[in-house]
Amino acid sequence: MKRNVKIRIGYISTYVLFLVVSFILGYNPGKEIGFNFISFLIYMLKILPCAFILIGLFEVWIKKEVIEKHLGEESGIKGYVWIILLAGTIAGGLLVAFPIAYSLYNKGAKLSIVFTYIGAAAICRVPMTLYEASFMGVKFTMIRLLISLPLVIITSILLGDYLTKGNYKMAEGK
Amino acid sequence: MYYTYAITGLILLISFIINRQKTIKAIKISFIKVKKIFPTFITMLILVSVILFLFPDEVISNYLGNSSKFISLLLASFIGSITLMPGFVAFPLSGILLTKGVPYMVLSAFTTTLMMVGIITFPLEKEYFGVKVTVIRNIISFFIALIVAVMTGILFGEIF
Repeated sequence: MKRNVKIRIGYISTYVLFLVVSFILGYNPGKEIGFNFISFLIYMLKILPCAFILIGLFEVWIKKEVIEKHLGEESGIKGYVWIILLAGTIAGGLLVAFPIAYSLYNKGAKLSIVFTYIGAAAICRVPMTLYEASFMGVKFTMIRLLISLPLVIITSILLGDYLTKGNYKMAEGK
Repeated sequence: MYYTYAITGLILLISFIINRQKTIKAIKISFIKVKKIFPTFITMLILVSVILFLFPDEVISNYLGNSSKFISLLLASFIGSITLMPGFVAFPLSGILLTKGVPYMVLSAFTTTLMMVGIITFPLEKEYFGVKVTVIRNIISFFIALIVAVMTGILFGEIF
């Protein structure tokens, strides 16, 4: 782990040094990269606080039994319906989906449900879908949803089964 | 964006009224989680900033507007996989490309890989799920996106 930290400090400081030198010398590509960094940092700072506060509240308030019952090994088709509805209403895309999926898993959701959540969070968030349809047309959006969603569910079940057989466990304490 | 904050604020307030201790504990958990994942986010931001410099909108437009549909399809899915763009940037861009005559299936490959496949989010995904699962999930997502794109092409009459 120590070595990883050293590598990280190494490339982060190289990057910062590169940006500082670029700004001093007026090197345009470096400046552009710096602006990209800042605009994405702002974008993330806008969505992440909400996401992590909600994750914190989720961890404290929602009992493990509830998740196990509705999204765990015993849950049937209903579990998938619930998780797709949940994914459809939470903003933020993959960035936010990963930590939420991780919390769901630790509360007892089964793997196929966790992967369905990630896939659904990527493709069928309601506000984004409406936005997409307004630019690309309803037909385009419907084709995308109706084809990708079943594929996401099927592959999530297959991947979940495969990993469960191999005794897969997610990293702890993230 | 604002309604997300409003709802989060409201939930937090209700939680605080019902149980002060639990709410404080929840906020502590949030902080610990952010602290643990923050370095990975910085790594990701560095990647994003460089990739976006290498693939600005004009370059993406050029690649997607290639004369061969199938080359465009492949390029679109590769670019979609390695870049990261919020929907509010990606869809207007796709809308413009559509009016320029870029086929639906190419834009479908671009936007679907953009949403589902994350080479840039790899460091983050790996922290939670491990390298193996991250690689498998991204490969599966890539193929789902290709299938979606081809079906879009067929249903819009762009292939046959």
